Amino acid sequence: MPTKFASVAAAFALLLGAGAVSANEGEHAGWQREADNEIGNLPSLQRGARNFLAYCSGCHSLRFMRYQRLAQDLKIPDDQRDQFLVPAGKKFTDYLVSSMPGKEATDWFGKPPPDLSLVARSRGSDWIFNFLTSFYADPASRQTGVNNLQLPGTAMPHVLASVQGVQNAVWRNEEQPGPDGKPIATRVFEKFEPGVVGSMTPGQYDEFVRDTVNFLQYVGDPTQLEREGLGIWVVLFLLMFTGISYMLKKEYWKDVR
Amino acid sequence: MSAVIEGKGGFRAWLNKRLPVDQFVADQLTGYYAPKNFNIWYFFGSLALLMFVMQIVTGIFVTMHFKPGDLTAWDSVQRMVREVPYMWLIQPMHAVGASFFFIVVYLHMARAFLYGSYKSPREVLWVIGMLIYFALMAEAFMGYVLPFGNMSYWGAQVIINIFGTIPGIGPDLVEWIRGDYGIGDATLTRFFSLHVIALPFVIALLVALHLVALRQVGSNNPDGIEIKEKLGPDGKPLDGIPFHPYYTLKDIVGVGIFLTLFAIVVFFVPTFGGLFMEGPNFEPANPVSTPEHIAPVWYFTPYYAILRAIPNQRIGALLMALAVMAFLFLPWLDRARNKSMRYRGLASKLLLGMFFVSFLVLMWLGMKPADPLYVILARICTALYFAFFILLPFVSKADGNGPVPERVTYHAD
Repeated sequence: MPTKFASVAAAFALLLGAGAVSANEGEHAGWQREADNEIGNLPSLQRGARNFLAYCSGCHSLRFMRYQRLAQDLKIPDDQRDQFLVPAGKKFTDYLVSSMPGKEATDWFGKPPPDLSLVARSRGSDWIFNFLTSFYADPASRQTGVNNLQLPGTAMPHVLASVQGVQNAVWRNEEQPGPDGKPIATRVFEKFEPGVVGSMTPGQYDEFVRDTVNFLQYVGDPTQLEREGLGIWVVLFLLMFTGISYMLKKEYWKDVR
Repeated sequence: MSAVIEGKGGFRAWLNKRLPVDQFVADQLTGYYAPKNFNIWYFFGSLALLMFVMQIVTGIFVTMHFKPGDLTAWDSVQRMVREVPYMWLIQPMHAVGASFFFIVVYLHMARAFLYGSYKSPREVLWVIGMLIYFALMAEAFMGYVLPFGNMSYWGAQVIINIFGTIPGIGPDLVEWIRGDYGIGDATLTRFFSLHVIALPFVIALLVALHLVALRQVGSNNPDGIEIKEKLGPDGKPLDGIPFHPYYTLKDIVGVGIFLTLFAIVVFFVPTFGGLFMEGPNFEPANPVSTPEHIAPVWYFTPYYAILRAIPNQRIGALLMALAVMAFLFLPWLDRARNKSMRYRGLASKLLLGMFFVSFLVLMWLGMKPADPLYVILARICTALYFAFFILLPFVSKADGNGPVPERVTYHAD
């Protein structure tokens, strides 16, 4: 009997695992990378928060996140919170709402910059990482002068140009079968080339983005660490409960012939 | 079956005179004899009941903080998860719970297929079970729309529009369901009412009837033979054991294993790679931004794949409805003398295997974009799905009549 239970439980777990893996496997283009951020890395989260407040929060809101919660979770002391985190004119209990007026934003960018509270959950960390690392100079883009590989035609200007610089994209022409089977000449991305230099090396910039992505992942699911910490105890308890109830069941079932 | 309770004084006797507690336990638990050869497949009934209770309990807390309405629904879910103590646990339990509910319900149904549990005298038991399944689908669909994420919106759009294919009344019916020209405030408030009051009541009533019918006919078992036909000198079934303590204790072990798996998902992978909670649903409903692939949650995808497989929308919707309804007729389509697959021929086993595979492949296809190759595969699986119901009367008649054992097969360990 125990082997039967174990094998069925294992099969069930395997089924769940297979489902998770198959659901996870998105198609990755060659240039795309994994964010590789560690949600448990507190200094990285703190740096990410700093990056966000310095470069992103002017336009993007985190309208479900309070300064207070942020400081608590990221272990930022109250005095530092009030000095560096909370902008003038706001209270520490306020939500991180950008002060950009919606109408002007629409006039400037064509649409208001999206709220980023849940971007890590709707798009995923890898997506944000690739978005923030794949801006390139594109003269065809009249509005911003840049384009993006992850989100072609994005309305967002390259806000991080001062740190990353502006890279150029190298393309090659390739013939690919079209819908009717005839080959069509297609422009295929090959690689990035350094263009205008920024204040960071590519390696430093990756780290900078990684921290920011890490922070956004935290914002998308702020209880993740707490949840996993409690989860271990819950699972251990349930395993113990299962073991004891199995022994009890076995004791009673001895009489069944 | 009933034992007379006597000789006890005090509060218990006082209470029993007024409310037959001991009598109920004696009739329904200690005096209810179930076959002793239940296997793993027999856990899922009690687990389905557990999931129903869990959804009600977690739902009560979610309802406390949820604000139905097109402007408030999405924000209220985000706020409760982030700001109300422990709602970060309870709300995902409710959302993930829906998926686990369907996992156990599908396994519970598969058990009936394997051992012919729907066959006489359990036809009514099966039909009530199917009504629970239908009510559960409506309940889950409305629950999925309520948080009003972008997939809620577009999923609802697709599913409600299916009713628009009904000739004549279709367009008016769609408007009547939505309560508006589009999915909006009116849709959410009525779905909320149905989701938290009407359907839970209906399901609770059906579950009670399901249990009453079960007590009336007794459980089937993996051998598909009636234990009531072999009674001992005491009038009890020779192959039966009292439900309590034997199956209550065994079911608790099942509960332990099940809750462990449930906890692993809720605490560590609540979105389950986008299967239990989909990425687009972390964006608020947006009528002008369609998600890349609109797909319902996994437990609806087999039917969704059938819908998409047919070029003519009206026929597709009809086939989809037929695919769901076909289950109701199973007791009368299966004409074998034997219930259990154990004592049927290879043709029956292959036919059932084909049905299971086509159901699972359709489930997978329903999550995928409608690429030409996938559509062809979906058509093949749709054909196989219906072939099962069409061939069943003939195959079951031909090879479901072999010898069956006198007594159930049970090996004590």
